[in-house]
Amino acid sequence: MNLKRTILAFAAAGALAGALATPAAHAAEQVTPPRQSWSFSGPFGKYDPAQLQRGFKVYKEVCAACHSMNLLRFRNLAEPGGPEFSLAQAAAVAAEYKIKDGPNEQGEMFERDGRIADAFPAPFPNDAAARAANGGVLPPDMSVIAKARTYERGFPWFVLDMFTQYQEQGPDYLTALMLGYREKPADFTMPSPTMQYNMYFPGHAIGMPPPLSNDRVTYDDGAPQTLEQYSKDVSAFLMWIAEPHLVARKRLGFQVMIFLIVFAGLLYFTKKKVWHAVDLEPGAVEKKA
Amino acid sequence: MSGHSLYQPQSPFMKWMERRLPIAGLIHSSFVVYPTPRNLNYWWTFGGILTFMLGVQIITGIVLAMHYTPHVDYAFNSVEHIMRDVNYGWLLRYLHANGAAMFFLAAYVHMFRGMYYGSYKEPREVLWILGVILLLLIIATGFMGYVLPWGQMSFWAATVITNLFSAIPLVGEPIVSWLWGGYAVGNPTLNRFYSLHYLLPFVIAGVVVLHIWALHVAGQNNPTGVEPRRDTDTVPFTPYATIKDSFLMIVFCILFAWFVFYMPNYLGHADNYIPANPAVTPTHIVPEWYYLPFYAILRAIPNKLMGVVALGASIVILAFLPWLDTSKVRSARYRPLYRQFFWVFVVVCVGLGWLGSKPAEGGYVIAARILTLYYFAHFLIVLPLLGLFEKTKPLPNSITESVLHGDVPLGASAPPPVKT
Ligand code: HEC
Ligand code: HEM
Repeated sequence: MNLKRTILAFAAAGALAGALATPAAHAAEQVTPPRQSWSFSGPFGKYDPAQLQRGFKVYKEVCAACHSMNLLRFRNLAEPGGPEFSLAQAAAVAAEYKIKDGPNEQGEMFERDGRIADAFPAPFPNDAAARAANGGVLPPDMSVIAKARTYERGFPWFVLDMFTQYQEQGPDYLTALMLGYREKPADFTMPSPTMQYNMYFPGHAIGMPPPLSNDRVTYDDGAPQTLEQYSKDVSAFLMWIAEPHLVARKRLGFQVMIFLIVFAGLLYFTKKKVWHAVDLEPGAVEKKA
Repeated sequence: MSGHSLYQPQSPFMKWMERRLPIAGLIHSSFVVYPTPRNLNYWWTFGGILTFMLGVQIITGIVLAMHYTPHVDYAFNSVEHIMRDVNYGWLLRYLHANGAAMFFLAAYVHMFRGMYYGSYKEPREVLWILGVILLLLIIATGFMGYVLPWGQMSFWAATVITNLFSAIPLVGEPIVSWLWGGYAVGNPTLNRFYSLHYLLPFVIAGVVVLHIWALHVAGQNNPTGVEPRRDTDTVPFTPYATIKDSFLMIVFCILFAWFVFYMPNYLGHADNYIPANPAVTPTHIVPEWYYLPFYAILRAIPNKLMGVVALGASIVILAFLPWLDTSKVRSARYRPLYRQFFWVFVVVCVGLGWLGSKPAEGGYVIAARILTLYYFAHFLIVLPLLGLFEKTKPLPNSITESVLHGDVPLGASAPPPVKT
């Protein structure tokens, strides 16, 4: 089972897969989103705190009107590897919200100011209310949406992705979705009048009105207030809330890799030394009886 | 070949112990002086890798279980709680999820190794069958584990797979609701899967002990397929096998770490980050990659019952391999025709895997049918006939001879000694 044969076999398997892919490549319901460059891609990728802060602003001022983000807590805003707000800033954000708490000693529910330990409150009391306000479709929770959306890479890209570490299909799709609103083509029948045509949404008829437009949100750091910039910033923010420990993960990964490679090298040379005598001559191994 | 214990306890305590529970002696004879063929190549290190991965899965699994909640309303969020709030919870979960994939990768390499070198042949039939039982057990364990995060794929995979039992005539439906503990996949299903997912790895560990016991009775096969005859054919397990196994295990860990740290969701499915929703069926229900060949076989057959039978048969047939392969020669090294068919078979398995990930329609189904047919033909036609008609190459007289003189028996013009 030498290496050459193994490689040949895989090449043959690949060729077979490729050949089979062509005849049936019909059901391309989804348009491939263009690739963006992200600060958090690749082995040394990190979130850009300024971008996450802008993305959070877009989220808070626009998306939060319809979408919940149940798994995010105010304290997360101040944690390392994220937007890195100060604790005071996170507490100030929390204080802008009213949180339902209780029951108190009188047995009554009451409202109080948010604290950093609280989760972000949802815009609607329940799914039915969210549907009722959105033409019958539910705006999904955003907590892990960046990992819950992807698009098909197809052969041979999915094999190459293993080596290039491309895994930003989620944020690429989200950005494309924000930018993908178009005039409905003449031959397209919209299932419901409250829906919009979006190039990248599977099936194209989306129940979300275009949420962003130029100058919709004011940036304080001088970044361009364009639809494009908003889309990228909010997508990066959504990636962070879906994978809040990405920076720590990649950092630890590098250390682990260095350790394993050095360790493997040492073991390799130890193995060579141990086996040296056997490789030279068969009788060299002393048999302790 | 396990031999008597040559262990000489040194300290008074070990002497005292050895007369009461000779565990040190057992370890000494099994993992120190145990003779292993000197010509084992790196494909033989995957058994050790599997044992290591089983340990990784059990340890990470036990810690995950401390934070996980097996309830339909909380399961998804408890996994997210692990990912977000538990210290290094993301690491535990990614190790466990990718560890399962690595486990299957190692198991498949390990099995193809056995097929290439004829390791299932006399006297290793029971060892091989224990391996097939392990495969069934890891398939079941992996499947139930995948249900636990209670995402869309968890829910629908559970629904599709348990529904297979409904194909059984008469008793099918009652069996399915018995498995579910209700009339659909729901909380009772999740609870029992959790219980079994915790139990089965320990059953696996038990079967691994039998597997290694059987291995130590029959002795390891080797790339020549010729049994060790002389002292010079073997080397003691420690240090020789220990260091070789350790080296490849660390190399394997590099691959494992690559996925865990750099692309932890690559092998998974995005839909499993959507909480389970019985009202919404995903467009494509796709199992994890390591089940794809079997899934392709299942869907290749138009009749549901026959599909389920084919699925079961594709695994069970492995247990009959020792008797389906009629060749007297073990190793594919000396079987020029079998060697070709072996690689065709590997390509067919990979091809089935790829088809399993595609929708069951059009050209894909036709291709899956052809490959399924070939899969079974390999066992039922190719292997029995090859053994009868194949002209095998001459075997070396011993392992030592093959190592020192290449694969030409002495007497023929022997090439100069080669290093392994
Ligand atoms: C007016 C309410 C509203 C606002 C504001 C809004 N959305 Fe939505 N969003 C929806 C609805 C409704 C859907 C469900 C669409 C459907 O399934 O057809 C949706 C769906 C989505 C989806 C899921 C698309 C998919 O692939 O299933 C994403 C991602 C999304 N919104 C992101 C955003 C972002 C980012 C913002 C802020 C820039 C935002 N939304 C603002 C109502 C809204
Ligand atoms: C839980 C999974 C498994 C574990 C932990 C495991 C462990 C081991 C170990 C430690 C060895 C000795 C080292 C080696 O020769 O590679 C071994 C050998 C062997 N295993 Fe497994 N194994 C597993 C699954 C399987 C499966 C699924 C099969 C095949 C159906 C299998 C078939 C064999 C055979 C035939 C041998 C003897 C190999 C030889 O000497 O040529 N094993 N196993």
